Amino acid sequence: MSVARFWRKIPQRYNLIGTRCTTCGRYFFPPRSFCPECRRAGKIVDHQFAGNGKIVTFTVIRTASEQFEQLTPYVFAIIELDEGPRISAQIVCSPDDARIGMRVKPVFRRIAADGESGVIYYGTKYAPAE
Amino acid sequence: MRDVAVIGAGCTTFGEKWDTSFRNLFVEAGALALEDAGLAGEQIDALYVGNMSAGRFIEQEHIGALIADYAGLASHHVPATRVEAACASGGLSFRQAVIAVASGLEDIVVAAGVEKMTDVGTGASVDALAGAADREWEGFAGATFPGLYAMIARDYMHRYPLTREQLALVAVKNHYNGARNPIAQFQQEISLETVLKSSLVADPLRLFDCSPITDGAAAVVVAPLDRAREFTDTPIRVLASAQASDTITLHDRRDISTLDATVAAGQRAFRMAGLSPSDIDMVEVHDCFTIAEICAIEDLGFCRKGEAGRITEEGVTALNGDLPVNTSGGLKACGHPVGATGIKQVYEITQQLRGEAGRRQITGAQIGMTHNVGGTGATVAVHILGV
Ligand SMILES: [Zn+2]
Repeated sequence: MSVARFWRKIPQRYNLIGTRCTTCGRYFFPPRSFCPECRRAGKIVDHQFAGNGKIVTFTVIRTASEQFEQLTPYVFAIIELDEGPRISAQIVCSPDDARIGMRVKPVFRRIAADGESGVIYYGTKYAPAE
Repeated sequence: MRDVAVIGAGCTTFGEKWDTSFRNLFVEAGALALEDAGLAGEQIDALYVGNMSAGRFIEQEHIGALIADYAGLASHHVPATRVEAACASGGLSFRQAVIAVASGLEDIVVAAGVEKMTDVGTGASVDALAGAADREWEGFAGATFPGLYAMIARDYMHRYPLTREQLALVAVKNHYNGARNPIAQFQQEISLETVLKSSLVADPLRLFDCSPITDGAAAVVVAPLDRAREFTDTPIRVLASAQASDTITLHDRRDISTLDATVAAGQRAFRMAGLSPSDIDMVEVHDCFTIAEICAIEDLGFCRKGEAGRITEEGVTALNGDLPVNTSGGLKACGHPVGATGIKQVYEITQQLRGEAGRRQITGAQIGMTHNVGGTGATVAVHILGV
């Protein structure tokens, strides 16, 4: 991923900045600037997500693309944040410990690197919060 | 709107075709389809080609013109258009051809699909395929394609009665059918143990739950129904063409284990054809992973949610069952050259309806369906064909 493409998303990837529609109260992560529900009547403001949530479903990835190969096996999950939106992320835990419904919290981690001496990408992973 | 018919169909063999180039693949499929329809190249009014990622797989874009050129049609200046919707590119290519003829704008139109996947290594192809999901919010975090479908499988098995063995039986059945298909990548039967003992790719999915990396191309020719008999004694009618979209990410879906785009496209297709699921004699569904066939059977309305594992075990979806599913071997055994798959499905149903499906022929087949999915369900194309 190009540096500019990654840099644009740093507020979201590092600090979980999303948006909220004050008209209907829905939360969006990643941020949307247009509410699909209220459309032009929606008023969108920034929202800092706490990042706490629970695992909806998960897998243990054992064959990955080159960027993630060294991490295998790793737990990957869909997480439902307490505010409502769902996201996909890695869970920092043993493959044996992950389960549906598990409470998780955000942790700041290295996500991937462009080769051995390339750019290192950081972002949010999740860890068990129980 | 005019009625449309398939008047010719052709398909290369599917597999890891190290000795065959991208260009040779589609030229071969196109020539087979034209020969089947008894057509000369200059009679073609337009050409559509489904292709997911030639840019990543062979570093070539501008596929429409390339195909027209190598098919010998450059001097006729035939309009040629590439259609892209990840793994549903072929299904959408067919739909575009049907729309072009139905509208009255064109008469004789080729719908093709092609993918050459083995010119890059496995890591690079895994990464290219991940582009069918959301690169920024799934791929960046480490999602793989099998990983996304594995999360569907986990969710499904948590909520509905589906055993690991029933899931494996989908692959066993599709290999049984593939063993009876001369174009299939894997023409051998496998046992339940083979699936259950294969290596884990993304829990709970194992290697034999996954469709392979494949090279291949397929092409069909469509024409107005009232001209079809100029070219063939066995025109196959296009009874419905439907398409639907959903969120690009899996996590934003209303329900992880239901492909709402399949539900929507299926309902639209049945309404357009004036038919219901019980009218369908056989269906080619998008089994990129075994769990995908389970969801597809339910989401198209062939059984209720949670029943597909049981009816698979009971043999309902087998070649001799009440609703044969994936008589070609499906993506699992016939192979999955991404952009070609949707056209291969139409090719298979055409063969079945003509009674030319050899050792996997469904006796008395009158009406068949195809179901082609892009990504984890963000695009779905459904077609109903009949004699
Ligand atoms: Zn709103």
